[in-house]
Amino acid sequence: MFSEFLQYLFTGITIGATYALIALGFTLIYNASHVINFAQGEFLMIGGMATVSLTAMGVPMLLAIVLAVALAGLMGIALQRLAIAPAKDANVVTLIIITIGASIFIRGLAQLVWGKKYHVMPNFSGDEPIAVFGAVLNSQSLWVLGVGAVLVAVLVYFFTRTMTGKAILATSMNKDAARLVGIRTQMVLMLAFMVSALLGSIAGIVVAPITFTSYDIGIILGLKGFVAAAIGGLGSGVGAVVGGLALGVVEAMAAGYLSSDYKDAVAFSMILLVLFFMPRGLFGANVVERV
Amino acid sequence: MIAKLFEFRLKGLVFLALVVFALPLFISNPFHYSLATQIALIAGAVVGLNLLVGFAGQISLGHAGFFGLGAYFSAIMTGHYDWSAVPALIVGAIGVGIIAWVVGRPILRLKGHYLSMATLAVGFIIAIILNNEREMTGGPDGMPVPAFDVFGWELSPFGQYSLFGLDISGDLAWYLFAGVVLLVAVWLAQNLIDSPIGRALRSVHGSEVAASVVGVNTTKYKSLVFVISAVYASVMGALYAHFQGFITPAVAGFEFSILLITMVVLGGMGSTIGVIIGAVVLELLPQVLADFQEFEMMLFGLILMLTMIFMPKGLLPTAANVLAKRRAKSAGADA
Repeated sequence: MFSEFLQYLFTGITIGATYALIALGFTLIYNASHVINFAQGEFLMIGGMATVSLTAMGVPMLLAIVLAVALAGLMGIALQRLAIAPAKDANVVTLIIITIGASIFIRGLAQLVWGKKYHVMPNFSGDEPIAVFGAVLNSQSLWVLGVGAVLVAVLVYFFTRTMTGKAILATSMNKDAARLVGIRTQMVLMLAFMVSALLGSIAGIVVAPITFTSYDIGIILGLKGFVAAAIGGLGSGVGAVVGGLALGVVEAMAAGYLSSDYKDAVAFSMILLVLFFMPRGLFGANVVERV
Repeated sequence: MIAKLFEFRLKGLVFLALVVFALPLFISNPFHYSLATQIALIAGAVVGLNLLVGFAGQISLGHAGFFGLGAYFSAIMTGHYDWSAVPALIVGAIGVGIIAWVVGRPILRLKGHYLSMATLAVGFIIAIILNNEREMTGGPDGMPVPAFDVFGWELSPFGQYSLFGLDISGDLAWYLFAGVVLLVAVWLAQNLIDSPIGRALRSVHGSEVAASVVGVNTTKYKSLVFVISAVYASVMGALYAHFQGFITPAVAGFEFSILLITMVVLGGMGSTIGVIIGAVVLELLPQVLADFQEFEMMLFGLILMLTMIFMPKGLLPTAANVLAKRRAKSAGADA
């Protein structure tokens, strides 16, 4: 009974940590540019797929990971420079459609290069599961949680202790004022997309051994990240982490105790319920609309 | 002024009617008719969505959910319970309208990305239910749908009919029917836009706060247009199901929702003829790109991206703008 619950909890926290990282990526880009990036999931896909194919070509794992993350970072910069920056006067819906166009393009490219097959990535440290109070914990889950925690710590350090991080925060608060104190806001936007892509690709790599990977895995992962970010409140880093973990755990519990067919419906009902009572998510800023 | 408004309104509709009725002169192949019928039905749903997105300025990323509900309600009632198609379509539309009203009230309080998220969630929940209630819907494999019938008279793409003494094939009959439905859909939408309701909606689009300050009940109008656009989707979904003869939960899916809103934005938000052009372009594009085989998806994404970057207002408004500028220039040269 308890072991069953524990098992679902482990599953939930692992996938929730991934959602949290995707949601953090959304948050970063949203804060810097108020764009909801529907191509966020593609960064995960690129990370996982590039690592798998590079190791298959004989590149050592660690180097493959570094190269895959760098590739995703470049893609993030390209997305901002080539697709978002030229459309600076476009409205919210148009920007959403541009990022959707970008995600279809990236998916098409991935399909061209890697085909439509599912690809398997081996666990980082063996297939031996760890037994905890009667439940089993996949060793890869520890990697996901560990890497997630480190990334969150790095982000906190980056935004509170470094000049560049503070420049991003300043730009998100008031772009014009940021420019007046000498922050190059275009640079900052590019940086936000890059960091977001790095985050996404790392998440994609650590979770790939659990979920497998394929050219179209980014759609649903990206959407779940968006759900997590909205539950937490768009723009809130704490909200993204809490929203991600909550979404993962609720989903795993729903799959375990209710029905695995309806686990996604439970996730989407959860976001509706949260928004009905807290229209700006759990930790969203309470902004008054200016007229 | 009123005469001008009326004239303009009629122009779009007359133009559309000309295109709809002239098209059979240029095509004869059943595949082309089938494609044209599909486009007309989907365009009808897009005209309804445009009322919500283009005029009231609200976003829906889950509209296929309502399209799918209408489609499946008709399919289930005519298929499993031997209802006739017309009452099934009407009851379905009323049911979907009620669902949209119940869901819309709390959802439409949300703004911007939160509204996108909530509508996306509603669409997803509907699609998941259609996917999983296998006994009723046939699950992911889909279900067959009986032919459309009016008072015992059946309209099937495979039939033979005579109209005013002319022999016409079932494909052509369906196409003409879908064309007339689209024209009626546009006529109703244009009338709504030019009514006091339409003005109230545009004021909501301009500034919700300002609209409520001058006494527009914004909640009421937003719910109303949400219901109307859902009913449009439901009716078109039901017709689409009968026309196709077979449906799968993809008609309610996220990707179809995205396609619908993309048609609105690509064609030109707020322009009824524009969004129909958007539907035509996005339905024909995959046909054209199919020749490129494995490059199809990439090219589709690229074209979508480039169009939206360089024509953020959409195809028709941009084209109209260019024309107006050119005209102004030549007028300037004359003077």
